[in-house]
Order: sequence, then structure tokens, then C-alpha cells
Amino acid sequence: MSDQHFAELRLDRVGHSYGKHQALADLSLTIRGTEFIALLGPSGCGKSTALNCLAGLLPLTSGTIHLDDRRIDTLQPEERGFGMVFQNYALFPHLTVRKNIGFGLKMRKVPRTELEKRVDEAIATVQLAEHQHKMPGQLSGGQQQRVAIARAIALQPPLVLMDEPLSNLDAKLRLEMRTEIRRLHQDLGLTTVYVTHDQEEALSLADRLVVMRDGVMQQCGTPPAVYESPANAYVAGFMGYRNLLELAAVSADADGVRVDGPDLSLTGANRDGIKGGSVVAAIRPEDFRVGDDGDNAFDVTVEVAEYHGRELAVEGATSTGRKIYFRTPERVGPGDKVRIGVRKDRVLVFAAATEPVPAPDLDGVVV
Amino acid sequence: MSAAAATAAPTVPGRSLRHRLAERGIDRTLWLVVPATLFILALFVYPFLYGLQLSFTPQEGGGALANYREFFTDPYLRGMIWKTLRLGLPAAVLNVVVSVPIAYAMRGRFRGKRTITTLLVVPIALGTVLTAQGLLMYAGPTGWLNQVLMNLHLVDEPVALIHNYVGVFLSLVITGFPFAFLLTLSYISGIDPSLERAAATLGAGAWQRFSKVTLPLLMPGLTMTFILSFVLAFSVFPSAQLVGDPTGSTRVISIAAYEAAFQQFDYSMGSTIAMIMAAVMLVVIGLVLAWRSMFYRGATGGKG
Repeated sequence: MSDQHFAELRLDRVGHSYGKHQALADLSLTIRGTEFIALLGPSGCGKSTALNCLAGLLPLTSGTIHLDDRRIDTLQPEERGFGMVFQNYALFPHLTVRKNIGFGLKMRKVPRTELEKRVDEAIATVQLAEHQHKMPGQLSGGQQQRVAIARAIALQPPLVLMDEPLSNLDAKLRLEMRTEIRRLHQDLGLTTVYVTHDQEEALSLADRLVVMRDGVMQQCGTPPAVYESPANAYVAGFMGYRNLLELAAVSADADGVRVDGPDLSLTGANRDGIKGGSVVAAIRPEDFRVGDDGDNAFDVTVEVAEYHGRELAVEGATSTGRKIYFRTPERVGPGDKVRIGVRKDRVLVFAAATEPVPAPDLDGVVV
Repeated sequence: MSAAAATAAPTVPGRSLRHRLAERGIDRTLWLVVPATLFILALFVYPFLYGLQLSFTPQEGGGALANYREFFTDPYLRGMIWKTLRLGLPAAVLNVVVSVPIAYAMRGRFRGKRTITTLLVVPIALGTVLTAQGLLMYAGPTGWLNQVLMNLHLVDEPVALIHNYVGVFLSLVITGFPFAFLLTLSYISGIDPSLERAAATLGAGAWQRFSKVTLPLLMPGLTMTFILSFVLAFSVFPSAQLVGDPTGSTRVISIAAYEAAFQQFDYSMGSTIAMIMAAVMLVVIGLVLAWRSMFYRGATGGKG
């Protein structure tokens, strides 16, 4: 449907600072035409700043943005012609659904017959034909978000920007709309930059995802690459490695790195070329095996066990009180002492960050 | 609201009656409106009705409508309606129209916003009399303004800015503008700023964002601001008396009502003029509200 495909959108050392606060620093990224990119990170990580810089709603304080050979960071938002979907929908409350969707076409002075045709197409795409003459205030949150998406794609923009579009919806609707957005992207092939703090959303939607922290890109890669090989402990924490154990490296060889603490001792995959010193061992809860008594195991006392259907999500503590999260189909209960083990290649050992690793956002942990 | 139902006696009929009343919002909390109702009855409804009946009992006899007949047959009296409208309507329109661009420019957050707002609001605190006093000194024939103009040889004789229509008009703008501005600013702040951002990404330039998004959403608030500004300007009394020409071009309705009641001691005629004044205001308000009903009046998406 889009007639405005481009080869690549190039962000070169893009930065934005509010006074002394550097909200976004040196973001360099090349987005290929039709690609779906997710910017992922907790609030305040600079992902929305990056999106607003792309949209032209925030001026860059450094760097350039090129769309193929055209420099666009100096253009006003209305001159860029990108579609944007806002977190709070930002529908015009005084215009009907139809007029909301046709707003951009009208601003572009598209001839009337062409405008009606394209509005009809956009309405059909998001399945809102029966609501097209209502006011936005009469629609549910999910329907409003569909209108917002239709309004953004009616212009057939070269780039669609989405700023946490699903975060105001309830859990069930969020899943439905996520599938819908994926389907729209497959059908229309619109290049999309999608901002979210929900790693599940990012992993399921994106062709490539960009993990941000404090305005700095931490890792950029395909969902499997980021999920399976996080670049550092921070990204690991965001990708479901809920156990981030601060330990000391005692030896390193081709087999892996041996890490040690007063309560446990493990061998894991050396991710940072560690020879010794403080490290962080990242382990997913589902990679622990209860009852495993190999050489990569230790004892924990169960403190809390949550029933999750086929398995239990357990919070336990080691002898020094260190919290360990694991999942198990075994029926364990509070107070039980169990021995849990983990495969060496499922323990990722990173050099300890100079700053503390923030607790990952727990409602969206990939399990 | 459910308090009455919850504490109701356990007997079924009593409970169900209370329950049904509570569902319609009738419960003990309704007593809270009593003081306000008494206040309105004592200070507004009763004086109004008293004045209304007074206006139909002329002191010189001649039937219930004698005063009204006199008012509308005397071109001098009748002309006062026009004189008052000629002051009140343009002043209200100007106040609203000037408020919009200033409030629009100040809709965002910026350093010093509070200082500017405070400065703009000072004239309200001063009151009409002090403003009139200032105008007399500043814009009078020997005031600073005329002295500067004459010394610069821009004019040969003092410009007549007080004791005429211009003086009253200036006074109405000085005291009315801050009021209109504050209202307009709060209406504009109530419009979700992401709407304009959305319009920008859809290709709307600065003027289109204002005219297609902000202005339509602001229109209901602006009509309300206009009505309140107009009512304030229409009942102009101190400035018409002090910086105006109260026997001539700015002999507004309120002055006539005052003179009838307290100089000629014809309370009946005074009431009649006051009733006519109220009727004229209601007609203008009715017209503006009818016009407003053509616009969208729902939520504007903001926090206001």
C-alpha cells in the first residue's frame, strides 16, 4: 500500500539534552525500509525522546537524521510526513472518527474523491466501519487506539512512530491489539519505530530491538539475539534473567568462568572475557532444575511459592539470604529445603557494572 | 450517597423507600444545599421579585406598565440601551480577542510564567475606582501622556481621552482584560497539548493547528468568557461616572437607574430601569449561547 518506501533511515550520533540532563546520547542506528524496530527500556531511558526527535517534536541537540540522502532532522514535524500514534491516542475530540482519520489527508490537500477513498481504506483496515460517524469520546479505549492507528497510516507515511500505544489498554485488549499491529505491519509493510517498556511486546513485534538505558543504547539486535545473548547484565535483567547474582570470579578457562560467593559456587559462560574480580551471573528462573545434584548446584530454602498452572514460581533464599527465583513443576512449599542446579551454558557471567543493576520491570518478565 | 441506605432501619418498606430515594440522589447529604439555597433566596430571589413588582407599581400611577411605557417612548431613556451596548459589547469583544493570542502564547510551561500572569492580573486587584483615578491623572489634559505628546509636537492640543466614551472604554479594557485573560488561559491550559503535536505530525502548520484544533476546542470557553466579560462591562457604573461623561455620551443604564432611585427617589422607575437592563443582558447572553450550541462542547482531553 505504501508508495513511499525508502532504503534506509540513518540516525547518526543523535542526542537530546534538557539543560544539563542528557536524555539521549549518541544514538546511531540505521533502519531499513519496511523494518519494525522496537525501542525498549524503562521510563526515563530516552526511548520516547528518541521517538520525538524522529517525529520532529523535539529538536536534536546533536547529530543528524537522514532519510536515504535527504537530511530530515532540520525539517518541522509537519514537513516530515511521518505518522505518529500517541500513548493517550490524542484523537481530536471535536471531530468524528472519519474526520480524525482524514485530517492528515485534508492538511495535505488531497482531492476530495481520493481523500474519501483512502479514508475508507484506512477505516476498513482497522475494522471501524460501523463507528466511523461517532465522536472519539463515544468509543472504547481499544477502538480509540484503532482510530489513532488508522489516522497515522491513512497518509501512507514512509515511517510510522508508535509511542507506547498499548500501555493504556487492559491486558486482554493489549494482546489483541498487539496481534493487530503485527498483522498491519505484515500487510502494509510500513516501516515502524515502536517504543515500549514491555519486553514481551518488543520481542513479539519487532524485527530488531534496541534496548536503552539512561539515554544510551545498550544493545541492538534481532529478538532471538537479544533474548539469548544479552550484551550486559542490564539487558539480561530486562530479558528475563531475573537472577542477577553478584559474585566473584575465581578462575577462568576455555570451559567457562568459575564464580564464587559465600553461599554458592557456579560455573558459567564467560561473556566479558573475565579473568577475575566482581561479576554478575545472570540466570533465568526457568533454567534451574530442582533436584539436580551436579557440580553446578546449590541449596535454597523455599520462601514463597506461587501457583502458575503447570508449574510454580518460587522465591527462595540461599544460606546468606540471597534471593533466588526459579520455576519448577515439583510441588514445593514454604520452608522446604531444595537443591537446584543449572546448566553451565545457561549461566551468563558479566563483569560487574560500575552502577547498580536496576531491578527489572516484573510485570512484563518473559517467562 | 449510600450512607442513608446503609444506616436505614431494617424494616423492608422504610428501607426500600430510602434506598430508592438515595438512588435518585436524595439522602441526608442533600441538607448541605440548604444554607446556599436560603442565601440565594434572601439575597437574590427576594430582592429580584420585590424589584419586579416595584417596577409595575409606578409612583405617579397610570397603570402597571406606565414606567415601561415612559422608558420606551422617551428617546433619551431608550437611547441609553444603545449607549450601554456601544460600550459593553466592543469592550467585551476586544478583551476576549486580545486574550486569545496572549493566552495561546503562554499555554506551555516556561520560566517566569507566574510573574507575567501576576502582572497581568494586577488591574483586577486595583479595582475600578483606582483604575479610573489613574486614568484621570495619566490621560487627563495635563497628564503625562498628553504632556509627552505635546512636547514631542505630535499634537497641538491635549487629546481628549477622559470624560468621554474613550475614557470609559479604556477603563473597561484595563479592568476587564485580566479577567478575560485568566479565564482564557485556564481554558487553553485544559486542552491536551498532544493534540497539537498529533496535528503537527499529520502535516498541519502552526496556523492550521490553531485554527483546526485549538480554536474549535476553545470556542465554548471563549463564548463563556465573552458572556462574563460582557456582563461586567454592561453593568459599568464607577468608570462611566468617574472617567466618562455621565450626563452625555456615557450616560449608561446603571447611572440612569441610580439617578432615578437615589436622586429623584422614584424607586419604581429605578426598578424598571434595572429590569430592562437585566432583560437586555439576558437577550445578549441568549443569543451568544444559541450561537455556542453550534460548536463541540465535550471534553478537551486535558487536565483542566
